Amino acid sequence: MYLAAEGGAGSSILLPPLSEIIVGLVAFSVVLFILVKFVFPRMEAMYQARVEAIEGGIKRAEAAQAEANKLLEQYKTQLAEARTDAAKIRDDARADAEGIRQDILAKAREESDRIIAAGKEQLAAERQTIVRELRAEVGTLAVDLASRIVGESLADEARRKGSVDRFLADLESSGAR
Amino acid sequence: MSEVPTVLAAEFPPGVESFDFPSLIPALEGTAWAAAFTKVTLLVWIAAAITVIFFLVTYRNPQLVPTKKQWLAESVYGLVRDNIAKDIIGKEGARFAPYLTTVFVFILVNNLWGIFPFAQIPPMSHIAFPMVLAVFSWALYIGVGIRKHGFLGYLKSSVWVSGAPLWVQPILVPIEFFSNLLLRPVTLAVRLFANMFAGHMILLVFTLGGVALFQAESLFIKPVAFLSWGMAIVMTLFELGILALQAYVFTLLTATYLQGSLAEEH
Repeated sequence: MYLAAEGGAGSSILLPPLSEIIVGLVAFSVVLFILVKFVFPRMEAMYQARVEAIEGGIKRAEAAQAEANKLLEQYKTQLAEARTDAAKIRDDARADAEGIRQDILAKAREESDRIIAAGKEQLAAERQTIVRELRAEVGTLAVDLASRIVGESLADEARRKGSVDRFLADLESSGAR
Repeated sequence: MSEVPTVLAAEFPPGVESFDFPSLIPALEGTAWAAAFTKVTLLVWIAAAITVIFFLVTYRNPQLVPTKKQWLAESVYGLVRDNIAKDIIGKEGARFAPYLTTVFVFILVNNLWGIFPFAQIPPMSHIAFPMVLAVFSWALYIGVGIRKHGFLGYLKSSVWVSGAPLWVQPILVPIEFFSNLLLRPVTLAVRLFANMFAGHMILLVFTLGGVALFQAESLFIKPVAFLSWGMAIVMTLFELGILALQAYVFTLLTATYLQGSLAEEH
């Protein structure tokens, strides 16, 4: 009985019952079908998505970096331009200011010259007038004075005129000296 | 409680009949379907369910930045995909990663029953299951080879050893044919089966042996039972390594065969 049992069981070790094979087949097929169909393709897709996310991130970062560099370059150029412009404007302003100063000075000098000239002219004219008036007045006064002193009218007009003029010329020449 | 060891001890020494389980449906006992509803097939179904549910739940709503569970599922797939499929088959390997991962996980979870308390029987110690897996792998690598090289081209590439002198070919061709096309599935199945069978047998020997020693008449022999049980615990840990290794080896060899089918030269 023992031998028979061993013989029977021993043969079944390597010759499995068909029903067990069917169970194994169905169980494994179900697992295989579900995992291969529904799970692992999604994992592959997820790997792919992850790779893309990382590579996309790197690309975006590179693009941002390039953009930033471009902007920096642009700003630097603009800054340099602005500096040049500022210097130019300053120089222009300085030159303008100098020009204006020169103009004003020239005008002022001209004006002062003109005023001085005008003053001199006026002074000369007034002096002439005064001299003329004085000359006439002094002549008259002197004649009146002389007539009163002398008590008599100096009839001779020509002599009278000649002596007054001579007198005055003497006065002038002594005054000038 | 004292009766339980008596019953167990009656089974010592364990034999091949220790791997036979009665049908869970008594009415089927004695019919052709008796083996379809046993503790072993129940464990296979539970393992299949655990595998499927684990992956479906962890990958129900995948995120770009993975959650912990999603990471776990991905790392199982990534392990097989990158370390087995891509390393051995090459860049085409990713195509076979889903099949290889399924095989790996299916074998691993089933094997874990071997040391899981109260289950404690690896379904792969019934050759029906390794046989199914081996036939799947066999059909796959032959199908891939035929699709790549054509029927005759694949036949030639698998049996003809290029570079060998012509007069050796009559000897080599039958050997190559036999080993590459017929023996591979057998060795795949038997390797897995025999490892799990032997591992379970060792655990049975130490556990039941301990019971037998404990029930011995002599007081001097009784303490040796604890040594035996201690060995059973050590062997259980050892078995954990073996069962993972066998799942890995089966997957690795399948990948190697696929690589052979895709290679240009034999």
